[in-house]
Amino acid sequence: MSEVMHCLLVNGREHLVRAWPMERLLDVLRLQLGLTGVKEGCGEGECGACSVILDGQLVNSCLIPVLQAYGCAIRTIEGLALDDALNAIQQAFVDEGGAQCGICTPGMILAAVNLLDRNPEPDEGEIREGLAGNLCRCTGYSRIVESVMRAAKREGRSPRHQTGEEHETQTRGEMLRLARAPQEGNR
Amino acid sequence: MLDSMSQSAGRALPRKEGREKVTGAARYVDDLVFPGMLHGVTVRSSIARGRIRSIDAACDPDQFTIVSARDIPGVNAVALMVDDQPFLAFDHIRHAEEPILLLAHPDRPMAEEARQRVRIVYDVLPAQFDMAQSGDVFKSFLLEKGDVDNAFQGEDIVVVEGEYLTGAQEQLYIEPQGMIAAANPVDGVTVWGSMQCPYYVHKALMKLFAFPEDKIRVVQCETGGGFGGKEEYPSMIAGHAALLAWKSGRPVKLVYDRAEDIAATTKRHLSRTRHRTAVTRDGRLVAMDIDFVLDGGAYCTLSPVVLSRGTIHAAGPYHCENVRIRSRAVATNHPPHGAFRGFGAPQSIFALERHMDHVAAAVGLAPEELRRRNFLKKGQSTATGQVIREDLDLAGMMDRALEEADYHGKRKRFQQDNPASRIKRGIGLATFMHGAGFTGSGEVYLQSQVALEADAKGRVRILVSSTEIGQGTNTVLSQIAADALDISYNDVELAQPDTAVVPNSGPTVASRTCMVVGKLVESAALGLRQTLATYAGLSFAEACAAHIGKHGTLRSISRYEPPAGIHWDDEHYRGDAYGAYAWAVYVAQVAVDTSTWETHVEDFVARQEVGKVIHPVLATGQIEGSVAQGIGWALYEEIVYRDGRVINGQMTNYIMPASADLPPHKSFL
Amino acid sequence: MDDALALVSSGWQPFAGGTDLMVLYEAGKLTETRFAGLWKLEELRGIRVSEEHIELGALTTYTQIRQSALLADEFPLLCRAAAETGGIATQNRGTLGGNIANASPAADSCPPLLVYDAELELMSGAGIRRVPYAGFHTGYKKMLLEPGELIRSIRLPRNNKKGWHQVFRKVGTRRAQAISKVCLAAAARLVGGRVEQIRIAYGSVAPYPLRCTRTEAALLGADPRKLPPLPDETSPIDDLRSTAGYRRRVAGNLLRDFLESLG
Repeated sequence: MSEVMHCLLVNGREHLVRAWPMERLLDVLRLQLGLTGVKEGCGEGECGACSVILDGQLVNSCLIPVLQAYGCAIRTIEGLALDDALNAIQQAFVDEGGAQCGICTPGMILAAVNLLDRNPEPDEGEIREGLAGNLCRCTGYSRIVESVMRAAKREGRSPRHQTGEEHETQTRGEMLRLARAPQEGNR
Repeated sequence: MLDSMSQSAGRALPRKEGREKVTGAARYVDDLVFPGMLHGVTVRSSIARGRIRSIDAACDPDQFTIVSARDIPGVNAVALMVDDQPFLAFDHIRHAEEPILLLAHPDRPMAEEARQRVRIVYDVLPAQFDMAQSGDVFKSFLLEKGDVDNAFQGEDIVVVEGEYLTGAQEQLYIEPQGMIAAANPVDGVTVWGSMQCPYYVHKALMKLFAFPEDKIRVVQCETGGGFGGKEEYPSMIAGHAALLAWKSGRPVKLVYDRAEDIAATTKRHLSRTRHRTAVTRDGRLVAMDIDFVLDGGAYCTLSPVVLSRGTIHAAGPYHCENVRIRSRAVATNHPPHGAFRGFGAPQSIFALERHMDHVAAAVGLAPEELRRRNFLKKGQSTATGQVIREDLDLAGMMDRALEEADYHGKRKRFQQDNPASRIKRGIGLATFMHGAGFTGSGEVYLQSQVALEADAKGRVRILVSSTEIGQGTNTVLSQIAADALDISYNDVELAQPDTAVVPNSGPTVASRTCMVVGKLVESAALGLRQTLATYAGLSFAEACAAHIGKHGTLRSISRYEPPAGIHWDDEHYRGDAYGAYAWAVYVAQVAVDTSTWETHVEDFVARQEVGKVIHPVLATGQIEGSVAQGIGWALYEEIVYRDGRVINGQMTNYIMPASADLPPHKSFL
Repeated sequence: MDDALALVSSGWQPFAGGTDLMVLYEAGKLTETRFAGLWKLEELRGIRVSEEHIELGALTTYTQIRQSALLADEFPLLCRAAAETGGIATQNRGTLGGNIANASPAADSCPPLLVYDAELELMSGAGIRRVPYAGFHTGYKKMLLEPGELIRSIRLPRNNKKGWHQVFRKVGTRRAQAISKVCLAAAARLVGGRVEQIRIAYGSVAPYPLRCTRTEAALLGADPRKLPPLPDETSPIDDLRSTAGYRRRVAGNLLRDFLESLG
């Protein structure tokens, strides 16, 4: 196996990456594309902090060799808000206290997006089951469940929840974020 | 947009850094990349006790930066309480995973490979893992009220004894610990990282490098949870990263993976509590004799103060004329235990609340009835002799909590249904208090300071070393400042905690940030208002502009002053242990499947009295999160040591509750 | 497909959803790090339905199993096992073939396969052969897979347990996203109040997923309200998740609950 150039489709935009086939998708997203909203909590598929949506399905990017992601549409937390407008779930997490320390938040929100895609009106039990692969140590989950319920209630099924196909137009905000690859400095 | 005139406190305003967190824009330490950065790794002892005979780094010093204890420019001890813990073991090994050697390389996997090649030969010595057997005492307390021995001689009393054990618990913040350091002889040392207490790290680095304070700079990045786990250990990692940066002349990132984080960092102390209680036949506490032991692990860390809080809370929110609490934190060869939410009190409170149920059974009372007969009331005193001066109605709180939980109805129903059911249900309660802020004279020693700055547009910046770790520091302090200045919440922000910029407002621990630092922020804000009082008739922004036009800057500083009427005797551990207490009654409904012994909390009611609530959603979130950690500790979580090493150091076998494991939560403030 | 088989026959490690192998690979615990990626092989995908069989391609994921109405109707225990394996993200990548080939004693999908008399289709450069799943696992991490062979599909004989009482119970370290301490899949058919046919299979109580044929034999013809003495076929161990004693006792209790539910 050797390092090869490949095209990776992330948040509706194609990127050339140079990677070993067995490199973790997590590392390629974070280190090469600067998408540091994808977090590493355990490195073994337990905590869900590295969740991304791959061809419409929630996956742990720490368990995906990048080779398996070529040709797939990948969505990360950075691809959720349109310009300044937060996605309904993101907004609900802000309003309802669904985010505390924030480290599980990107993965948790993507899991919620994916859940509402499959089931637009989940009850509490379905939310708790649907998010059970995403661990949060701060909230005890109650505020998160509230956030998802509020988002489901408020928005119904908005076009921005659609994650099955990712070929939406690239936004200016996203370009700015991508241009800002990992760099020196603070927040 | 918010009405600038409306009050901030008491409202569920959007979390200050919420937007960054939900969009993935928030930058945590591992998200930062510095040009030319190396990756550091830590070589650790595989034995719990012994002496190092030889170290073979087995890597090329031209390619790798290698740091051992010999490379330390200053003092090889993590400055904290007694400075007994080395940054790098020189000769003696006192616990497994003790750091011995540091390596750095530009490529992270190469550094990791090199770490595994290092060969260390030891002379192994016998190790002590049993706290009950250890005679090596870090700290002990004797807290006495009344005459316990005499009280046990009394007639017509029932004596109830019990022993209670609790296990080690991992904080399991989802962001593992990490630091980045840069160092050179001109600027000194700078570290960026995940932490609760920038000035603890600052103090530790000054001693490690023998540098003056202006040659050390500590910057907190967004921090993915702490729960006490990032109180003291970050000093160790910062020191390691800084040593590698100093030797290599390049920035060094040292971020733990989950396995290393669980194996090496501090845990909640294991505990053993023994109770001997004298009670009248109608259920009045006559005497409480309590023996409380904590396993401190191999080095002192914060064990004395963890022990102190556990000791003071050991007799709970009950009135008893005769109390004796003997406590000690002992050394073992476990990796050092340290701060974890509650700080020793959850251990002693667990023991007491279990014991209260046994006492109730012994005198034929319901658990709630025994508690009702013994609750502290205004004018009575705690175990340290602190007189309750507030209107305290624990019985009323308990009645409301029991009603909210349908306690009596459920008790009856479960009694009927259980015999015929495979799943047995029960409902129980615990009542407790929690002292807010540092114990006794702690706040006086800390001498916390905060500063406020305004710019010419009337925007205000709060300068504190108190960190946002998820609990809401940024939001709550902004609310307090906005109200004191009568400006909009949107016009207040917090400076990033950076010891080059912010004064030392003390560590972010002990539920002190909102209460103690919040009060200082309010004082500084009132100071700012006073300064601007001369600009009558101008709006706040105009007044700021006018003042800055004349004087260049606008800044206000406040410093901690102890409230009047608080007295604490450090030598005898008597007096006002805390400036204020929170009070709580928790009720849990638990189901046990008698085929599998699977145990599940089905319903939970938390009622508490916490004083003025600045932000209802954040406050509720703190309670819900801590209840989840408590349920985890009770039912799912336990660090397993074998020969002093953690053997379940992965998230697949250290089990914290997931969303499906926790009940809907009813929390009442 | 031929390329994959050629690589596998020269010793490369087959790699499907990666939910287990990726963890071991990252931890440096794999001796073979040349991987034959199977994920995109169409031949190993899909659920094919004939009159006699439902054939699940080895790469059928837990999610696909959960979502199949046909499986829910005819093989509900398999769907329950899929729903209780890992979280959503794991279910989206974990495959049935991978679960079998990983040969963990705690594999949740395997006890249902034992109950349903599943058959495996194995393929290599030399062709395809079929073996019953019962007996495929022969010891801890040992199985009847020849070098160079892959699991191609899992065949379930249709309608073979319709109308039977069926149960799947998993006891994990927590409610979801957990590895089993014990799991039971069982099915029985009663005629005239007596056990006419029965299948009992466990996970996590032996070096491999265990079908309890001697227990089954002892129960044939029995009245579930008056049970005969039953043999203990389990051989559990102590590990980080549980103890042998707990596993043995709970395995017995789960079976007792099942038999009581028949009565």
